[in-house]
Amino acid sequence: MSQVARRRGRTTGFIAGFLVLPLALYLTFVIWPYVQTFGYSFTNWSGQSPTFDFVGLENYSALMDDEVFRGALWHNLLLLVFVPVITILLALFFAFMVNAGGRSGAGGVRGVRGSAFYKIVYFFPQVLSLAILAVLFGAVYRSDEGGLLNGLLSWAGLVDPARPVEWLNDPDLVLWCLLLVVVWHGVGFYLVLFSAAMQSVPRDIYEAALLDGAGRAQTFLRVTLPLLWDSVQTSAVYLGIAAMDMFVLVSTMTSGQFGGGPDHHSEVMATVLMRNFLYFGKSGYACAMGVVMLVLTMILSIVTLRATRRERIEF
Amino acid sequence: MTTVIKAPGESSAERSGGSGGPGQGGGGRRSDGMVLNVFSHGFLAVWAVLIVLPLVWLALGSFKTDTQIGASALSWPSNWHFDAFARAWDKGIGGYFGHTLIVMAFSVPLTMLLGSMAAYVLARYPFRGNRIIYYFFVSGAMFPVFLALVPLFFMVRRLDMLNTYQGLILVYVAYSLPFTVFFMHSFFRTLPTAVHEAAVIDGASDTRIFFQVMLPMAKPGLISVGIFNVLGQWNQYILPSVLMQPQSGSDPERYMLTQGLIQLQYQMGYETDLPVLFAGVTIAMIPMLVVYLSFQRQIQAGLTSATLK
Repeated sequence: MSQVARRRGRTTGFIAGFLVLPLALYLTFVIWPYVQTFGYSFTNWSGQSPTFDFVGLENYSALMDDEVFRGALWHNLLLLVFVPVITILLALFFAFMVNAGGRSGAGGVRGVRGSAFYKIVYFFPQVLSLAILAVLFGAVYRSDEGGLLNGLLSWAGLVDPARPVEWLNDPDLVLWCLLLVVVWHGVGFYLVLFSAAMQSVPRDIYEAALLDGAGRAQTFLRVTLPLLWDSVQTSAVYLGIAAMDMFVLVSTMTSGQFGGGPDHHSEVMATVLMRNFLYFGKSGYACAMGVVMLVLTMILSIVTLRATRRERIEF
Repeated sequence: MTTVIKAPGESSAERSGGSGGPGQGGGGRRSDGMVLNVFSHGFLAVWAVLIVLPLVWLALGSFKTDTQIGASALSWPSNWHFDAFARAWDKGIGGYFGHTLIVMAFSVPLTMLLGSMAAYVLARYPFRGNRIIYYFFVSGAMFPVFLALVPLFFMVRRLDMLNTYQGLILVYVAYSLPFTVFFMHSFFRTLPTAVHEAAVIDGASDTRIFFQVMLPMAKPGLISVGIFNVLGQWNQYILPSVLMQPQSGSDPERYMLTQGLIQLQYQMGYETDLPVLFAGVTIAMIPMLVVYLSFQRQIQAGLTSATLK
C-alpha cells in the first residue's frame, strides 16, 4: 500500500470512530423515538399491553372531537401570539432605554448610567429553572392575603382584603397569569440579545442620523429597528416554540392532574398529551398529539420567518 | 454631567450609541435628553424592582412561620433562625442536589466530548454522506421533545434504564447533541487550516490533532456551548419527570432538583409547612445566583451567541 492510501485508510477509520458513538446515541434516543411516534399515532396502543392494532387516522379524528384538546390548542395559539409580541416589545423598549436612553452627549445618544447593572438584574431569571419559577409564582399568585400580588394590591387599596383575587383559580385570569410568568422570565434575555445586536451597529450610523436631525424615536424606528430585524425574527421563533410548550408552568402551577385547571381553562397541548400518556395510558392517542404539535411548530417557524422577512441590511 | 460610570464590562455597552468625547449638544437637545433620561430610568427601575422583589420576598418567607406566610404577604419575618433551611435540606433538597450533580458530572463532559467529535469530523473532513449526517444531527433541534416522549419512555424501559443515572445521562447527552454539533460545527470551520497542515507534516495522527491542537483552539466555543448545556441540563424538568420515577417499592427515588422542588411543593401543601418550601427554593436558587454573578458576562455572551448562531 502506498503512503497516501494508508493515510486515507486511517482517516476513514478516524472519521468512523469519531462518529459512531454520537450517532448511536442520537439514533437510539432521539431519531428512533421521533420516527416511532408517527407509527404509534396510527395505533390504539395503550402502552402497557404488548399488542395493539392499526387504527388508521382514528386518533386524529378523535383529536378533532376532543374538546379538551381543542381548548388546549386554542390556548397555545393565544400564547403564541401574545408571548412573543409582549416579550419582544418590552425587550426592545428596555434595550433601547439601556443603550440609548441616557443623557445627551455630543452624539445625543448614549446608554443610561448603570446599564450594565440593569442588564445583570434583568437577565437573572433566565438562569432559574422553570420549576423554581413555578414555586415562586405559585406563592406570588396565592389566592389569599399571603400571596405577594394580593398582598400588594390590598395594601394599595385595590383589592378587598376580605375577598382576595383567585388568580390561578379564576377561569378568565389563569392563562394571563401564566403568560406574565413567561414574560417576566424572558424579557431580560431578549434585552441582552437585542443590546448585543444594537452594539454591533456602527456608531457612525447613529451619528449620521442625528446630524440629519433625526429624533430619538425616529432613530429607533428608522435606524435601530431595521438593523435589528434578524434578531427580532429569531426571537419570535424561539418565543413561539416556548409558547407551544408551556408544560412545566401549567402542570405545576394550575390545578388538576398535570395541571390545566380550573376546568381546563389553562390547558395546553403538552399537558393534555402527558395526561393521556401517563394517567389514562392512551399512548397511541398521545403520540398523535405529539405529531400535531410538531406540525404546528413547523408551520409556526416557517410562517414567522416568511411573514417577518425583510431585505437583509448589511453593515 | 456626561461622565459615565464605567462598570466592568461596560465598555462594549458604551460603544453602541454613546459618543466618545464629553462634548455637549445644543441646549434644547440636552433638556430633551434629561427628560428622556428620567423617563428611561423610571421604567428601568420599575422593571428591576419587579425582578428582584418576588425573589427577595420568597427568600424572606423562609424565615417566617407558616401562619405568618398565610396571613399577610407584607409581614416581616419574626425570627431569623435557619431551621427551615435545615429542614428543607433534610426533606430531600440535599439528596436532589446530589442526584443532579452526579448526572451532570457525566452528562456535560460527555455532551461536550461527543458533540465536538462529531462536529469536528463533519466540519473538516469531506466524505460521502457528510452533509446528510450533519443535517440529520441538526434537525433534532427543531422538533419538540414532546414528539419523542412516549416512545422514548418505552425505549429507556426496554434498556432497563428507567430511574437510573446512566439512563438519564445518555438521554441528556443525546438531546444536547443537535445544538452542540450545530454550534461546534460552525466553530471548527473557522479555525485556520494552516495549523492542521503543520500538525500533519509533523506526523501527528488525526486523533492527536483533534485533542491536542483543535480542541484547545476551540476553547471559546466550548465555553459558550458548555454554559448552554450546563444551564439546559440543570434546569431540565420534562425528561427526568418521565424517566426518573421509582419503578417499584424497593427502587429508591433519584429525583433531580427541579423534580424535587415540585415534589416538595406538593408535600408542603399537605403538611402546611411553606417556610420549608421557600427555604428549599432559596437553597436551589443560591448556587445559580453565585454562578451567575461570577460568570454573568460569559453567561450572557454565551447564551446570546448560542441562540443567534
